[in-house]
Amino acid sequence: MNRARSSRLNTVAAHAALLAWTAIALFPVFVILINSFKTRRAIFAEPLSLPSEASFSMVGYRTVMAQGDFLLYFQNSLIVTVGSLAFTLLFGAMAAFALSEYRFRGNMLLGLYLALGIMIPIRIGTVAILELMVQTGLVNTLFALILVYTAQGLPLAVFILSEFMRQVSDDLKNAGRIDGMSEYAIFVRLVLPLVRPAMATVAVFNMIPIWNDLWFPLILAPGEATKTLTLGSQVFIGQFVTDWNAVLSALSLAILPALVLYVLFSRQLIRGITSGAVK
Amino acid sequence: MAVRPRYHIAVFLAPAVLVYTAVMIWPLFNTLRLSLYTQGAAGHVFAGLRNFQTLFGDPHWADAFWNALANNVWFFVIHMAVQNPIGIGLAAILSHPRLRFATFYRSAIFIPTILSFVIVGFAWKLILSPIWGIAPSMLDAVGLKSLYAPWLGKEDYALTTLALISVWQFVGIPMMLIYAALLAIPEGVLEAGEIDGITGWAAFWRIKLPLVLPSIGIISILTFVGNFNAFDLIYAAQGALAGPDFSTDILGTFLYRTFFGFQLQLGDPHMGAAIATAMFAIILTGVCLYLFLIQTRLRRYQF
Repeated sequence: MNRARSSRLNTVAAHAALLAWTAIALFPVFVILINSFKTRRAIFAEPLSLPSEASFSMVGYRTVMAQGDFLLYFQNSLIVTVGSLAFTLLFGAMAAFALSEYRFRGNMLLGLYLALGIMIPIRIGTVAILELMVQTGLVNTLFALILVYTAQGLPLAVFILSEFMRQVSDDLKNAGRIDGMSEYAIFVRLVLPLVRPAMATVAVFNMIPIWNDLWFPLILAPGEATKTLTLGSQVFIGQFVTDWNAVLSALSLAILPALVLYVLFSRQLIRGITSGAVK
Repeated sequence: MAVRPRYHIAVFLAPAVLVYTAVMIWPLFNTLRLSLYTQGAAGHVFAGLRNFQTLFGDPHWADAFWNALANNVWFFVIHMAVQNPIGIGLAAILSHPRLRFATFYRSAIFIPTILSFVIVGFAWKLILSPIWGIAPSMLDAVGLKSLYAPWLGKEDYALTTLALISVWQFVGIPMMLIYAALLAIPEGVLEAGEIDGITGWAAFWRIKLPLVLPSIGIISILTFVGNFNAFDLIYAAQGALAGPDFSTDILGTFLYRTFFGFQLQLGDPHMGAAIATAMFAIILTGVCLYLFLIQTRLRRYQF
C-alpha cells in the first residue's frame, strides 16, 4: 500500500471514530429534546423521529410551567452561581495578591494551608456545615450556598491567580508606589486588569460544578423558595415520574441554560483547560 | 527606610482566610470531632471510638459499609479502565495536526460533561427503560435484542451501568487534558523520532504516551477524589436507597442516608460523621499515595 492511500485511510478511520463518539455523546440529549415536543402517543410510538405536524405538542411544557416554579429555580441558581463566583474571584484575587506580592512570616505556610482544599472535597464536612448553618440561622437561604461554594472555590482560585500574579512586572507596581498609589490602588488599578484572563478561567472552572450541584442545595436549602434549578428539576421529575411529557420537558428546560452557558463560554473553558491551568 | 505599617497584608488575606476557615476547614475538623460523640438527652455526649466500633463491628452496619466501599471501588475501577483509555484515544486522534473539524468534535464530545447529574441520570434512565423501549428497539435493529435487559433494575448490572453512564458524561475531561498535553510536545521531539524511524503507532506508544504520563497521573487522582465523594448520579437515578437492594450504594449515598435517615430509620449525625471520617481517611490516603509514591516517580520533561 502506498503512503498517500494509507494516510487517507487513517483520516477516514479517525473521522469515523470521532463521529461515532460524538453521536454517542449527543444522542441522549437529542432524544430528550425532540421528544419533549411530541404528544404522549408519538413519544412511545416513534421515539426516534422528529416531531411532525401531527405529533407536535407542547403539553409537557404547559404542565411544567403550571406546576413547577422553574423561573424562580432558575433565578435562584443564577443568584447562587453569580454570587459565589463574585466572592471567589474577589477574595481569591486579594489573597493571591498578598501571597505573591509581599514577603511576610508564614507566607509559605498560609499558601499551603489554602491549597489543602484543592484535594479535599468540602462535602466531607457536611455534617458540621449543616450544624453551623443551623446555629447561624442560614439554613434555607441562598447565602448559605454562596458561602459554601465560595469556600469550595477559593483554594484553586488562590492557587491559579497567585501563579499569574507572580508574572506581573515589579517595575509597574513600583512605579505606582513612587507615584504615591496605595497598595489597594495598585491591586485594583494595576494588577487586577492584568490578570483578567486568569480570573475568567477560574470563573468558568467554578461555574459548572456550582450550577450543577445537587448535594448542598438538597441539604442546606431544600425549601421551596430557595430551590436551585438542579434540585428543582430533580424534585419535579420525581413527582411527575409517570407524566412523560412533563418529565421530558423539564429535562429539556434544565439542559437549555447549561447549553447556552457552554456556547457562550466554551472557548474560554477550552482555552483554560488546554493552557494547563489545572496542574 | 522606615518600616511602613503593613496592615494591608492582613486586609488582603482576611476575607479568603476567614471564609475558607469558617466554612471549610473548621467544619471538616468539627465533623471528625463529632464522630467521637453520640446523641444524649442533653446534646452531644463523648463516646470515644464507639461509633466506629458500631460501624465496623455491628454486622448490620459493617455489611452496609463494606458493601458501599466495595461498590465505590468497582465504580472507580470502571472509570480507570474505560474512561481514561477512551479519553486518551480520542485525544490522540484529535491531536493529529491536519485533522479537520477538530474544534467541532472537541466541543460536541465535551457537552455531556457540562450537564448536571440530574439530567444525565434521568435521561439515561428513560433511554434504558423497558417501558419506553429505545434501547431494546435499537438493539433489535442490529439483531442483538437478546442482549437487552433492564440494566438499571438488575442487581448484577445496575452499578456497572451507572459507572458507564458516568464515564459517558466525564470522558471529556481526560480527553481535554491529554489533548493539551499532546499539543505541548514540541515538534522537534517527534521529528527526532521520525529520523530514527519511529512513526505512527510506535511514535504514540514510545514517545507521546510516556510524555503525557504526568497528565494521566493527575487525571487518575482527580477521578479518585471525584468517585469517592460521588453521590448525585446515584441519587438522581436510583434514589437515596441506591437500589435495587443497595447494589448501587456508594459511600456518598450511604453517608446521606445515615445522616438524614430514610423510611423508618432516623437520621444520625454522629454516625454520619463517622462515615464522613472514613471517607476522609480513604481520600487522604489516596492523595498521599499519589503525591509521595506516584508523582515523585513520574519524570517531568522540561522542553
